[in-house]
Amino acid sequence: MDFTTQLLIAAISAGTPLLLATLGGILNERAGIIQLGAEGLMLMGAVTTCIVYIRSGNLLLALLATVAVTAVLGLLHSFLCVTLRANQTMSGLAMTLFGSGLSAYLGKPISGIPLPGTSPKLHLAWLENVPFIGKIFGNMDYLTWFSLLLVLALHLLIHRTSWGLHLRAVGDSPATADVMGIRVQLIRYSYVITGAALIGLAGADMVLAYAPTWNEGLTAGRGWIAVGLVIFARWNPLRALFCAYFFGALDSLGFRIQLLGSAVPPYFLKMIPYLVTILVLMYLGYRNRNKPSGTPEALGVPYIREQRF
Amino acid sequence: MSLENGRNTAGAFLEPLSSHSGKRFSLRFEYDASRIRSPWWTPIVSIILALLLCALFIAANGMNPVLVYEKMFRGAFGTAYGLTETMVKAIPLLLCGLGIAVAYRISVWNIGAEGQLTVGAMAATAVTIYFPDLPSFWSLSLMLLFGIAAGALWGLLTAIPRTHFGVNELITSLMLNYVALLALDYVVFGPWKDPKGFNFPGSPMFTAAQSLPVLGSTRLHIGLLFGLIAVVIYYLMIRFTKWGYELRLIGANPIAARYAGIPIKRHIIIVMLISGGLAGIAGMAEVSGVTHKLMQGISPGYGYTAIIVAWLAKLNPLGLIVTSILFGGLIVGGYSVQTIGLPSSISEMLQGSILFFLIAGDMIYRFRIRRSRVQLKGGR
Amino acid sequence: MRGTSVEMRGIVKKFGSVTASDQVDFSANAGEIHALLGENGAGKSTVMSMLSGVYRADEGEIFIHGKGAQIRSPKDAAQLGVGMVFQNFRLVQSLTAAENIVLGEKSSFWRGRKWIKNKHKEIKALAERFGLNFPVDRPIWQLSVGEQQRVEIVKTLYRGADIIILDEPTSVLTPGEVEQLFETLRVMKQAGKTVIMTTHKMKEVMASSDRISVMRKGKMIATLTTADTDELELARLMVGKEVTITRQEREATEGDSLLEVKDVDVYADHGRKALDHFSLNVCKGEIVGVAGVAGNGQKELAEVLTGLRGWRSGEITFDGKTVKSASVRGAIDSGISHVPENRMKSGLAGRLGSVDNLLFKSYRSEEHSKFGFLKSAKNRLWSQELVQRFNVKTPELETPVQQLSGGNQQKLLFAREISHRPKLMVAVHPTQGLDVGATAGVHDLLMELRGSGSGVLLISEDLDELLQLSDRILVIYNGSIIGESTHEEANRESIGLLMAGIHNREESAV
Repeated sequence: MDFTTQLLIAAISAGTPLLLATLGGILNERAGIIQLGAEGLMLMGAVTTCIVYIRSGNLLLALLATVAVTAVLGLLHSFLCVTLRANQTMSGLAMTLFGSGLSAYLGKPISGIPLPGTSPKLHLAWLENVPFIGKIFGNMDYLTWFSLLLVLALHLLIHRTSWGLHLRAVGDSPATADVMGIRVQLIRYSYVITGAALIGLAGADMVLAYAPTWNEGLTAGRGWIAVGLVIFARWNPLRALFCAYFFGALDSLGFRIQLLGSAVPPYFLKMIPYLVTILVLMYLGYRNRNKPSGTPEALGVPYIREQRF
Repeated sequence: MSLENGRNTAGAFLEPLSSHSGKRFSLRFEYDASRIRSPWWTPIVSIILALLLCALFIAANGMNPVLVYEKMFRGAFGTAYGLTETMVKAIPLLLCGLGIAVAYRISVWNIGAEGQLTVGAMAATAVTIYFPDLPSFWSLSLMLLFGIAAGALWGLLTAIPRTHFGVNELITSLMLNYVALLALDYVVFGPWKDPKGFNFPGSPMFTAAQSLPVLGSTRLHIGLLFGLIAVVIYYLMIRFTKWGYELRLIGANPIAARYAGIPIKRHIIIVMLISGGLAGIAGMAEVSGVTHKLMQGISPGYGYTAIIVAWLAKLNPLGLIVTSILFGGLIVGGYSVQTIGLPSSISEMLQGSILFFLIAGDMIYRFRIRRSRVQLKGGR
Repeated sequence: MRGTSVEMRGIVKKFGSVTASDQVDFSANAGEIHALLGENGAGKSTVMSMLSGVYRADEGEIFIHGKGAQIRSPKDAAQLGVGMVFQNFRLVQSLTAAENIVLGEKSSFWRGRKWIKNKHKEIKALAERFGLNFPVDRPIWQLSVGEQQRVEIVKTLYRGADIIILDEPTSVLTPGEVEQLFETLRVMKQAGKTVIMTTHKMKEVMASSDRISVMRKGKMIATLTTADTDELELARLMVGKEVTITRQEREATEGDSLLEVKDVDVYADHGRKALDHFSLNVCKGEIVGVAGVAGNGQKELAEVLTGLRGWRSGEITFDGKTVKSASVRGAIDSGISHVPENRMKSGLAGRLGSVDNLLFKSYRSEEHSKFGFLKSAKNRLWSQELVQRFNVKTPELETPVQQLSGGNQQKLLFAREISHRPKLMVAVHPTQGLDVGATAGVHDLLMELRGSGSGVLLISEDLDELLQLSDRILVIYNGSIIGESTHEEANRESIGLLMAGIHNREESAV
């Protein structure tokens, strides 16, 4: 396999958890709720997958448990933000801290224990011989396929269904949506919970496809990168795909460059994703300073019904 | 917005996810935005609730929560050694927490204390590496200076994207945390690696001249003084200086501050410089007073815990001292239960849950439960 | 179906101690354009808000098409066929016009290309039937204000409204768009719909309506047939009879020129032109009143003078020096003080106490700080003095000012602004929300300033106040001054006409 193919495979592999987390974040924020707890949610997702998979040996059960656990956390976040109208930033931070602590606590007993298996792949023999894309798509993880289908599904949902219309209305102008008879609170709860579950799955994917055992701080800030990616992708699922894979490539680029025998210390290469995030956001900020940025207008603003216009 | 009786009331219905028909009484949560100050006991209640929540997890692990908490408390506050250890841990929390509080006064979120602390420690170490033979006073002063400068610079890197490019400082400061940690890895495993440190990778040990003086035979170093002095300076400046006044004004009403001619961007930068500088002092103090060498993991997440410390103290300087000691105790307590088989991350778990309850508690106070008869017929 | 479609009887609505609607009776017929006329604050919007379900009446009854109706929410109103087009549009900016119109529609989960295309056709057809033109498939933020309004109108039509209320619809339109709107209203009327329009513009009322109801200070004054009345009568009904207002006794003053604004263009947020070749001047020792309906440039005028907003072209001279650029500190230092329109939003910091609020503008001066430190003890004494002098009732000096009454807050504000002897005071709606006593206090302060040689620019919607205090009254309309009267000449009718945009006419003795 040549360098580019290898890089692409690595990019997709590293990009899938980012993609899932970004999609989850997009759902949250499109509904108008900031989601800064991604790091904590990813860690909880990862640790839950590990614990259940190791204890039960059943991957499907592990994934279901992950979805359940992170959905509950999402419920907590939406309760705080939607019903209590608490400061969404603080709630997200609390989620991250709590998630980090809880996952470290729960994961200690199984730390270092290898998982019974890795992320199952969908083997498409007929595809494998196709030049170039064959190697990439012929043997891809189920979870990666899921994430790709999800991108398509979300894109269609947002732009081609009534649900999507309602979602966009709620995130941009909940007062208007309310006046038009849309159930703002219900929609916000639903999307926050679903988004949280997706971020949990991202954590699961990280541990299944990437690091075969649990250890504290597994995600190394990927949740936070996903937060940046949501903005980078301008809250659009299709863009999220490219952004996630781009960052996946950055992530693995460091490793690849090392393999090529470069003299640059690996630490600096590992810094690339983080620095690029900042630079990209700065660039976007500069370029869009006079245009609407695509931010859901009501992002972060708690909606209080009687406080009309 | 209707102004009823001069108060701003907005009734909010707690929408159940399934609708109940035929109810005669409905619980109506009324949101009263004018109740902005929650009572002083909310932090205490939050802590208690958090203890209860984590007790569940402890019990799930097959342990008795009461015993665990008792051990934690004893470990942190029960012995003289524990007490000084708690204070040692409280120092970086106090310094970082102070920095976060200063920034938050004008709604700037500094999540980057961890990174600022790290680069502060690195800068201080640089002095020991490149100016190894200075006498104690000069050595330590230079280390302090470099530490402050490095931390402040790291803070500046968070401020500029915000003021000039509109980038949310949360993300920037977070990213820089990871960059700082990687830079630390680089120097610790690379150019500054101690050739004699086989089992413990890190920089060469600091000499006595490069270490902060300690109290007696404990590990309690003079960094405590830095922290206390910083708190006092903060208090005085907020109350008595022009700058403090401007900060208070921006925090109370940014629009009015604009009308008074106060340049907000400049203040964001200043505040991040201070915030970063304080964390830089914490870094220098850690590396020079506690670990005496630069290595991986010099901070068990002080920068993040400091966020909770600041919030719990409601940005009050005196409160900061109390909460930093409290959380210092929490960290030490966490270490002490390792002997009975629990991971030290128990304290992180507690920290996170305290924050959750604190946030919820602050907001719940704003709701009043009103029972009202749902009228099915007739007008109002 | 002709006949009375809307009837409101004995409607009362109170907000706290303020009565917004006082025993209002109103009725409108199907197939007519009915104008609800009145000054700002007369209560027109409140009454219509009750009809459309935004507010609930405290007392009174509403009948739609002869049947008693309980309108408790916009949904109820919509079900009864009542649709309202608000002044600030209820549109989601990022969605297209079509998407906004079908928002909330329960039909059809899947909306593929075909469904969207059909909807576009349907909406376009509906719009064209009523002469409304706008792009259906572009996001709202790309549409002009006039187009957005048309989207709002089609929204109500799409939902099957046959009673359509428009709240101050022409305030955001150009003259050409106003014509188009009236055409649309006529088509709607011919289709048998009831069209109710609230407005303060007499000219337009005369041009477009069949019947007119006039409101003043929360009461319904009269209902007339348009053909039977004229603008003068309407003006009289709108602003009330000339009540002998005790004008303040004053000595004639001949001050030097203090402020000169020449031919200035100012743009508001979103690129709209707020001041157009605008000129005015204020002399020392005079009060210049600026009358006009809100939204004609007053806000931007105040902002320009106090350094919060820049201007293009034209020149501003203050106290003999040309003002080069907008700077708040520069304005403060040159001696311009500002009493803003919304004291709690922009003038005071609610959480802080009196001392802190008093120091707003002057904390940098030598008097109040040295070497970066505030002279606390001295400042406290100074605040104490000011609070006493201006009779501000506050339990402690440290009490957060948001706990003070409106009148005391305003007194505190004035204390701050007057205390450093300003050369020019820009006061915007200074007596808004104040009771009689507090208002009188503010008026005294303004006269005092005038007496001591300062200039005062008083921007207000309260004609009485302007007539009482001003040496000269200017009327602002659409971003420029369209008329001026001296203290002696000014009277309500002429000012009222100017405020409504009617230029100087020969008027018969009133």
